[in-house]
Amino acid sequence: MSEKLTSPARAGEVETRSVEGEGDRVGTYAKMLRADPITLTRRYAATSPARRAGEVLLPWLLALAVAVVLPWLFYDFHHARHSGFALSMFSQMGMMIIFALSFNMLMGQAGLLSFCHSVLFGFGGYSTVHFLDSAGAGNLPVPMELMPLLAGFSGLGLAIAVGYVASKQRSTAFAMITLGIVQLVTTAATMFHHFFGGEGGIKTDREIGISLFGLEYAKSIEVYYLIVAWMMIAAIAMYYHTGTPLGRMANACRDNHERAQFVGYDPRMVRFLQFALSGFFAGIGGGLFAITYEIVTFDAVAAPLAANALLMAYIGGATTFVGPVLGAVLITAMQSGVSLMSNSWLIYVGVLFIAMVTFAPAGLTGIVLAHAPIARAGMLRRLLVPYLRMVVPALLVLLGFVGLVELSSFLTIGAAQGKQLALFGHSLAITSTTPWLVSLICLGGGGYWLSREATRFRSVWDDLSAGLRTASAAR
Amino acid sequence: MQIGLISLLDGLVYGMLLFMLASGLTLILSMMGVLNFAHASIYMLGAYFAYQIGRWVGFWPAFVLAPVLCGLIGAAIEVWGLRRVHHNGHIAELLFTFGLVFIIGRAVQMAWGMLPMPYRVPAGLDFPLFSLYGENFPAYRGFMLLVSAGMLCATWLLLKKTRIGLIIQASLTHPGMVSALGHNVPRVFTIVFAGGSFLAGLAGVIAGNYLTTESGMADAMGPIVFVVVIFGGLGSLAGCFIASILMGMVQTFSVVIDYSFADLVKPLGITLTANNLLGEILTIPVSRIGPLVPYALLILILLFRPRGLLGTRET
Repeated sequence: MSEKLTSPARAGEVETRSVEGEGDRVGTYAKMLRADPITLTRRYAATSPARRAGEVLLPWLLALAVAVVLPWLFYDFHHARHSGFALSMFSQMGMMIIFALSFNMLMGQAGLLSFCHSVLFGFGGYSTVHFLDSAGAGNLPVPMELMPLLAGFSGLGLAIAVGYVASKQRSTAFAMITLGIVQLVTTAATMFHHFFGGEGGIKTDREIGISLFGLEYAKSIEVYYLIVAWMMIAAIAMYYHTGTPLGRMANACRDNHERAQFVGYDPRMVRFLQFALSGFFAGIGGGLFAITYEIVTFDAVAAPLAANALLMAYIGGATTFVGPVLGAVLITAMQSGVSLMSNSWLIYVGVLFIAMVTFAPAGLTGIVLAHAPIARAGMLRRLLVPYLRMVVPALLVLLGFVGLVELSSFLTIGAAQGKQLALFGHSLAITSTTPWLVSLICLGGGGYWLSREATRFRSVWDDLSAGLRTASAAR
Repeated sequence: MQIGLISLLDGLVYGMLLFMLASGLTLILSMMGVLNFAHASIYMLGAYFAYQIGRWVGFWPAFVLAPVLCGLIGAAIEVWGLRRVHHNGHIAELLFTFGLVFIIGRAVQMAWGMLPMPYRVPAGLDFPLFSLYGENFPAYRGFMLLVSAGMLCATWLLLKKTRIGLIIQASLTHPGMVSALGHNVPRVFTIVFAGGSFLAGLAGVIAGNYLTTESGMADAMGPIVFVVVIFGGLGSLAGCFIASILMGMVQTFSVVIDYSFADLVKPLGITLTANNLLGEILTIPVSRIGPLVPYALLILILLFRPRGLLGTRET
């Protein structure tokens, strides 16, 4: 098996063959391949090595620079301290990026929908608490900087055990098994006091006094940079994993596992290895979680966290590498921001999610990528006016919908909490008909208007793509 | 012994309740390939609807209306939702129902608030049916048993003895052929989805006052129903039935067993102490790890019989 997986020529063979081949499914695969940054990198392989290195390194350096600078944009120079809210949000984003990327190793790359990814993450967290405890007691001479690596190995270990069971199945059955596993572990975590600490979870102290760089990790900014460092390492490793024969075979098994089997690979082995590796990265994320919060409870293994990973990967776009990163940033920002403002945060998530599943199954990055051929032909201009025409009705629909949701939310939950709906400082009477009527009209009228504009947009879009197709066929 | 008999009846009641939920889920899953996450949410809606309608017009009209309402909602979900995402594949359909869970869960909280509802057993059924060794068996549990048994018979008759049942059965295994013979397979899907939602709603109506009607009831029931479906095996209602009863029994009986693994090996002269995780697992009494047992069983069956108890195929 391992011999087969280390033969890139063979993996390449499968991929080209299936691209030429049959039907719809392979068509989408081909599309994904075209969008794949690795293929782009290969295309540039003909250019000079220096330029090539630049092309490869630039996005990473850019990402690193943004991550390093970001907390300083929110620095409070008045009091000479970092904004706690911003810093904790960015730290959370860092872990969630690792978590979502490792989740996408399963969903996007291998087509496996895992609901027990939180188990691997949380197990990394629980183990790290124990590692930190024994390091603090002087029994484990491991510097803080390498703790996430240990967490990764614990994640890997659990993923090997869980993956052995789960990888027996694929598709829906796989999802169901993972669902069983997450319930099992969550229930166990609330029940057993050794290792898991029962309902209250386990606490630790991250100031273990062992560091490669002599850092104390008493300040959250130090922890943030530790997260950034591990986020970059993990992201780069996962990115290069997509180009390895194993990563490629995971794609092949996702698109046509029978065919992969015929060529001589064992799809179960591919699933198993992919699962184990994703467990490693999820464990790193969990380790950083434990280091940041210094407490791990059963929430870190429970299903809602796995659902979060799913949301991030799907909304960002599971078919691209950057999709989950975008999703993690977006969802974490929304969770920190919107959930503070609104009681109905989950409704918005649900509606956004359903809208994405229905209208943009390739996620946000998928939407962007769909514009690539048109942009290459230099005809993006022609979409500008149809897009602009949709802005006002879309805003109306949004306003009407948010209005209705908030009004009804304040009618029940808000009333129970003794809150009052206020808009621009004026409190609104939620029992009067005016706000309800306005919201309804916005939603109804805006919806009708939007559907007309959307039809218009679609006809322009179809014209453009049809034109591009004939142009490329003529060439 | 007296504990045994009452537990047996309770286990049966709970198992039949599980079957009501799981049968709809397994039909939807085997036929359409959709793992319907919103199934337990529909069950919750059934309970809330029954409470609300019951407050307006009484329990008995609610007993009929609430499941019908749930069935209609199910049909709407299938026609306007799932059918649209169908061309994006099974995972997209699954994710669609997953989004619905958020929306329904939060919408219920918005409409009825976060607190449990005072949804009570109707006065006409609120008396002890009989006594066993000094313990009362409430009439309402007997009623639940009656309803679920009636539902079981009705479903069985519908599937085995009617024309539509025949078409449904055929669509389970050979959708292409059924379609080629001129039947409207998408409509069969809608009917199955609506039927499954009807059953889930009915389960909610009769379970809402037996358990509690609160916004967490979907999350409490959802995972265990999935366990039943996988345990029973896909495409098999009989397997689903056996698994439901088994899980019902396991859940009720594990509460009354006060022994642990350590007690089992004590006669052999081995004494275990709870000073580490393994020791704790081995010394904890079964009554405390009751909620774990179904999931442990699930993993066991997947290890030794991946297609489930009576499953006819792998997914």
